[in-house]
Amino acid sequence: MSAPLIGDASLGASLSAAVALGAGFGFALERAGLGSARKLIGQFYGRDLAVMKVMFSALIVAMLGVFWLSRFGLLDLRAVYVPLTYLWPQLFGALLFGAGLVIAGLCPGTACVAAATGRVDGMFVVLGFLAGMVGVGLLLDGFAAFYESGAHGAWTLPELTGFPYGAVVAAVVVLALAAFAGAEWIERRVR
Amino acid sequence: MSRDRTPRAYADPYLAGAGLGLVLLAAFVLVGRGLGASGAFASTAAGAVAAIAPERAAASPLFSHYLEGQGPWLEWLSFELAGVLLGAWISAALAGRLLMTVERPVALARGSRLAFAFGGGVAMAAGAALARGCTSGQALTGGALLSVGGWLFLCVAFATAHALAPLVRRLWT
Repeated sequence: MSAPLIGDASLGASLSAAVALGAGFGFALERAGLGSARKLIGQFYGRDLAVMKVMFSALIVAMLGVFWLSRFGLLDLRAVYVPLTYLWPQLFGALLFGAGLVIAGLCPGTACVAAATGRVDGMFVVLGFLAGMVGVGLLLDGFAAFYESGAHGAWTLPELTGFPYGAVVAAVVVLALAAFAGAEWIERRVR
Repeated sequence: MSRDRTPRAYADPYLAGAGLGLVLLAAFVLVGRGLGASGAFASTAAGAVAAIAPERAAASPLFSHYLEGQGPWLEWLSFELAGVLLGAWISAALAGRLLMTVERPVALARGSRLAFAFGGGVAMAAGAALARGCTSGQALTGGALLSVGGWLFLCVAFATAHALAPLVRRLWT
């Protein structure tokens, strides 16, 4: 047996899995309190680093799972879609996104969590995000060259650095553990 | 349904994060792709524009991507995001945290908070469209798969938010 278990063959099964996985995603975000703009924004003032703790915990669990499952031949890495790298639009996009995030107080996913639990500010972030997508989509044909610039396809850190996959995974785990220790220290100092 | 007066405290962030990581891992194992959010909005926008002005939608490098294959209304991420709404509602209901409210500091008017929420959403949409994903699709999913673009987005977006935070302190305190 080798995963992914559900291919593109069955649309119904794939979309059912989408709803179930999304429910797990939304449940975990709400449990962590990230549907609250006030709690989420504490990250950027050093009051409450829950965003970083949730993000890095999730990232290292999934990263280690993918690494070991593929190492034991249970997951076919070639069949897992890696988000594509486009350096320049991603760099500029991340600047815009970070500015929007600290003004909105919620990212698109957590805004949906906020909206689903009754927070009207979350609903306005969702509306702004949808309106922005319509506007940007209509404007983007004028910036097609920039949109496609710095294209590297599915490009990974092991390929960039030349270090083995396992070594990069280990380095990210060490980085995350150091970040957790730093987060606890900052929270104690700010409070 | 829980109707407690006092909502229960949020979960430990490391525990909730590990749970989220297992959901992300399940996504890789079941369907060979990770979680996301902005793609659902991009495909919905693509579908809406295509219904009104099909040639404008086809000319957009953002929208045309979602008009291929199954079409914009059967986008995987839209179903996943419907699940996010459901899962978040269930979690909040079980913990007594469902409440219609506008979260804001006392000093900031409701209308101002909602205007900033909308405007921040517009800016994030521009960013996510250019980056081809947001905190979920690029930072979390791309990060776990060690994508260069995912880590670039994660580092730059959070560094920018941290750098600008002192300038917008009035919005949050």
